Amino acid sequence: MFDFAVVTHWVDETLGNILPDSWVTTTEFVLVGISLLIAYAVMALGLIYAERKVCAYFQCRLGPNRVGPFGMVQTITDMIKMLIKEIIEINHTDRFLFNLAPYIVIIASLLAFSCIPFAKGLEILDFNVGIFFLIAVSSIGIVGILLAGWASNNKYSLIGAMRSGAQMISYELSIGLSILTMVVLTGSMQLSTIVESQADGWFIFKGHIPAFIAFVIYLIAGTAETNRGPFDLPEAESELTAGYHTEYSGMHFGFFYVAEFVNMFIVASVATTLFWGGWMPLHIPGWEFFNMVMDYIPPILWFFGKSAIMVFIIMWFKWTFPRLRIDQLLTLEWKYLLPINLCNLFLMVFVVVFKLHF
Amino acid sequence: MEITLPKVVFLFLATVIVVFSILTVTTKRILRSATYLLFVLFATAGIYFELNFSFLGAVQLTVYAGGIIVLYVFSILLTSSNSQKLEKIKNSKYFAGIISAVAGSAICIFITLTHSFPVSHFTSGELNQKVIGTALMGMEKYQYLLPFEAISVLLLACIIGGILIARKR
Repeated sequence: MFDFAVVTHWVDETLGNILPDSWVTTTEFVLVGISLLIAYAVMALGLIYAERKVCAYFQCRLGPNRVGPFGMVQTITDMIKMLIKEIIEINHTDRFLFNLAPYIVIIASLLAFSCIPFAKGLEILDFNVGIFFLIAVSSIGIVGILLAGWASNNKYSLIGAMRSGAQMISYELSIGLSILTMVVLTGSMQLSTIVESQADGWFIFKGHIPAFIAFVIYLIAGTAETNRGPFDLPEAESELTAGYHTEYSGMHFGFFYVAEFVNMFIVASVATTLFWGGWMPLHIPGWEFFNMVMDYIPPILWFFGKSAIMVFIIMWFKWTFPRLRIDQLLTLEWKYLLPINLCNLFLMVFVVVFKLHF
Repeated sequence: MEITLPKVVFLFLATVIVVFSILTVTTKRILRSATYLLFVLFATAGIYFELNFSFLGAVQLTVYAGGIIVLYVFSILLTSSNSQKLEKIKNSKYFAGIISAVAGSAICIFITLTHSFPVSHFTSGELNQKVIGTALMGMEKYQYLLPFEAISVLLLACIIGGILIARKR
């Protein structure tokens, strides 16, 4: 299997030969930052294209098909359009908070994005408490949304922000608990260790029943956390125009839009990492030839393939289920998901203590 | 004095903390003050990360930035309107505030300067997760989270009881 650490070590050594120590670190910071931003932007463009195509096929349409082959250049032209649009300043608002809010949202999403282990050796932030850090930084995004709704000085925005805040705070509990269930099984919060320990079987198979329940709950809560349909009532078009980002224009709106799509990818890739083995290839004990063939597929393809399936499931949710009401949404979380989750956590502890897992 | 990268980072974070702490108490708009407080808490988390104590940094982010500040912003959104601004404070209160601030900082500076700090036995690298886990859940000396948690449940009960007594409806 190709270890990406070879490349990073090579860059480190080459820089070390020509620059003093602290400058090497600084240059590496800049390099990592630039590649992270590029990956983030490319990911967002790809996801927006995928969403439009998937949505079109669900509705028996063709979707974007004029610009470039299969309309693939469409999102890039849309991005250029968004970049050159005017950023409108609105009156009677707190301008500082109004302009700050999209940046808080995008920074939270970017920090969470940088924790994901994409392939062997290809991870940026790999703390001891990796998964906990990921939850921590993704919770900052709520502040941005609340500020955006309040600073817009618009009651639709405010209602949207309040709904979003209530929704994200409630569903964070479910996300945290379902991740905790998997941490009980792993015994580690470091993302690279979590992936490494799935070499002999993905956790969804190792942890069987409790892991599967945790996965379903995680996927539901993750969809709600990203404010996507059927949980998209913070920006329900028919009642709130566009919720908390009604008043935003140009790239400020673009930040919210991009962050929403990449958050969906982050939810999908955390699901991949925790439950479906991350970049680990599929191995079936006893099938030597099959395992060898699987090893030839590069880890990065495994990771993106699995994440793409997760993303597709989340999109499938959006175009299949009707939107929930706010009371239904909160009932689902507090009366169903949370008790199930707590029982599931207990079940997982039981399974781990009595070594009932594989 | 030699300027190293950690020192630059520390100075940057310290400046952010000081500047935004002052802005938090001097701004006239209450939501801005909450936002500045958020920056102070971010920078504090940054110092924890610089010390390689990523667990405490993540806790700082999730509890303070993600929890307390969201709670503040929520309560501000629910209670005050957009145009509401802080009313002007009286002169006597102004002076009392200044005197208590000066006295407080004098005590802090005095203690910091006179206290003899023990030599730091700082081990580089991240703290192992198992150490933190046993320290939190253990029952021996310096491992006391469980009784602490029990007390916090009592506090919650007190708050709910207080609300029930206060609004008899």
